[in-house]
Amino acid sequence: MAVAALRPRALLWQALALGVVAGVIAVFSINASHHLAARHIATGFGFLSAAAPIPIGESLITYTPSVSTYGRALLIGVLNTLKVAIPGCLLATLLGTLIGIARLSPIALLARLAALYVELLRDLPLLLQLLFWYGVFQTLPAPRQAMRPLPGVFLSNRGLRVPDLVWQPGFTGVALALLGGIGLSFFLARRTALAPGLAVRLGAFLPVLLLPAATLALYRPAFRVDWPALHGFNFQGGASLSPEYAALLTGLVLYTTSYVAEIVRGGLAAVARGQWEAGAALGLPRGAVLRLVVLPQALRLIIPPLTSQYLNLVKNSSLAVAIGYQDLVSIADTTLNQTGQAIEGVALIMAVYLSISLTISLAMNFYNARLARQAG
Amino acid sequence: MRSSLRVRVFSAAVTLALALVLLDGLWHFFSWAIVHAIWSVPRGADGAPDTDLCRAAIGRGACWAVIGEKFRFILFGFYPHALQWRSAIVVALFVLLFALSLNPRFWRPALVAVWLAVLALVAVLMWGGVFGLEFVAADQWGGLPITLILATFGLALSFPLAILVALGRRASGLPVIRWIAVAYVELIRGVPLISLLFMASVMLPLFLPEGIDINKLLRAQLAFILFAGAYLAEVVRAGLQALPRGQQEAAAALGLSYWQATRLVVLPQALRHVIPMLVNTFIGFFKDTSLVLIIGIFDLMTTGRTATLEPRWQGFGNEVYLLLAAIYFAFCFAMARISRLLERRLNEPHLPIVEPA
Repeated sequence: MAVAALRPRALLWQALALGVVAGVIAVFSINASHHLAARHIATGFGFLSAAAPIPIGESLITYTPSVSTYGRALLIGVLNTLKVAIPGCLLATLLGTLIGIARLSPIALLARLAALYVELLRDLPLLLQLLFWYGVFQTLPAPRQAMRPLPGVFLSNRGLRVPDLVWQPGFTGVALALLGGIGLSFFLARRTALAPGLAVRLGAFLPVLLLPAATLALYRPAFRVDWPALHGFNFQGGASLSPEYAALLTGLVLYTTSYVAEIVRGGLAAVARGQWEAGAALGLPRGAVLRLVVLPQALRLIIPPLTSQYLNLVKNSSLAVAIGYQDLVSIADTTLNQTGQAIEGVALIMAVYLSISLTISLAMNFYNARLARQAG
Repeated sequence: MRSSLRVRVFSAAVTLALALVLLDGLWHFFSWAIVHAIWSVPRGADGAPDTDLCRAAIGRGACWAVIGEKFRFILFGFYPHALQWRSAIVVALFVLLFALSLNPRFWRPALVAVWLAVLALVAVLMWGGVFGLEFVAADQWGGLPITLILATFGLALSFPLAILVALGRRASGLPVIRWIAVAYVELIRGVPLISLLFMASVMLPLFLPEGIDINKLLRAQLAFILFAGAYLAEVVRAGLQALPRGQQEAAAALGLSYWQATRLVVLPQALRHVIPMLVNTFIGFFKDTSLVLIIGIFDLMTTGRTATLEPRWQGFGNEVYLLLAAIYFAFCFAMARISRLLERRLNEPHLPIVEPA
């Protein structure tokens, strides 16, 4: 191969390709620097530390318009993108699995409805669905006539208000204990999956309850709940989800679900019937066959396309800008309009999405390689 | 298999519950869309429609009057009213072109000529300025033709690029070309389409020399070609990978050069194989054109959205969105169905082997 690369003709073609790419970049940058100088627009990323007069509606970290910097505003954008992308991936996986299984259900009407869902949602542009959901969340009643599906929960055109648990230092320990418990149970469940007694199999799941309970007893943090209440024309207290966030999350999840459902259905259908029957012949209960025989084989088919759906969801979350949710693209767009630094703004957007895409790809490749090793 | 009584009772109960929910939903929709719907509104003294009737029915019945009033605008945007027959012919031409291209009987080299002819005809009809047709500037175009133009021209013009990139990715003796191809595909596929559209609308003017001013629609079209090229390259690559190595080697043994082998042996087989995948990718492009709403180009989505923003007709968004949904669905569903049929046909064991070009 290295020898072929040095052949005169191969060398010529490669030099030509490299020359064209370098030439285009050179012409573009000369023109750009000429334009920017003529319009007195600064270059470089110095603007990141300048004060940003962008009003930001929802943020996970503190922010003051005209005091905080553009860098901080863009960081909020990244966090807001993740705030919709991570729950979006989880919910779409959950809902997609349910609908994918429903498509294979022996109950004809259920299978038909699931197929209808997939067909309908896949063939409509996501943007149209987002505008629709945004319209739905906007036509909810005003705060004074808010719907109250549960005590302390208010659904109005200002979004969703729910009671909020005031965070105590001890809660972090409980959360860590819960994660540890889930990990331990996962480990134990794999070990005891074939154990004869139901009690032993259920016992494997005890750490999920026991570890957090023990931590709770150790720290005894105070539970204080912040209840939302109507004050004048709006609510105060509690945690809130804006209508923009709710519309974006709903639209993204329902749209991506239709793709995930097809992937799950395809994966499950590809595992031969004989595998179910062989598992049953070994005397395994149905649940164990699904968990130990069918799912591991189906997952190998499901994971690669599922990864690209996660990537699509992250990229699609950039449609937030159309309904006014302040994700990275929306804040970067405002930034580049205010500073005039279009090249830096677009480059930042691309760099962030590329890193997110790369991270997801790597994580899923790692998981996939592990699965392949286990199966092989 | 075994269906015990318990299982059968359970399925019957689930079916019944689902049927009840479904009927209830259908009844509500029927009552909103048909029974209590307002089909037209009277005109006031100034000739403008009086929407009070619709306002009174909000929440109870649909206001289809908004469609009657706005559908020309939604379909054709700001294209001069008297010349909209040209836009209508363009839409019909595209539908014909799709129908023709999806029929395996027409999969021959002449199809490329048909595509070029239709695309040229579309340009003539939209722009005018020749054959006695009145000139219409591109910033007056709008509606469904824009959606179809962006998707179809995007597909057609990015196709040669995609083939080159896909071949470049597999060029074993040319590492530099392979890196360039990989970098292009991974970069474009790793970022959202919006960022490419922003690039076209705000960055591209900075990159071009003084005095050259490209129309906004054309810039968006460029972004689309760049975008489509990366995704199509992956489709073509899949086709190339599926082809046994022996084909290339057999062609080489016959004394064909690399380009002759590629043109006469490899591509005809590889492309035929990926046509269903190509159709699915095109459906994606068709839906993705709606994103130009964000940079302010008047495609079908933008005209629909604009129609809902007019103060007199505000509050009837769902009716307009339903119309848009019906149009997008009609195109996507038809293409998806045909793609599935083609897939089944191509997977048939006794596929007649077509003669190379």
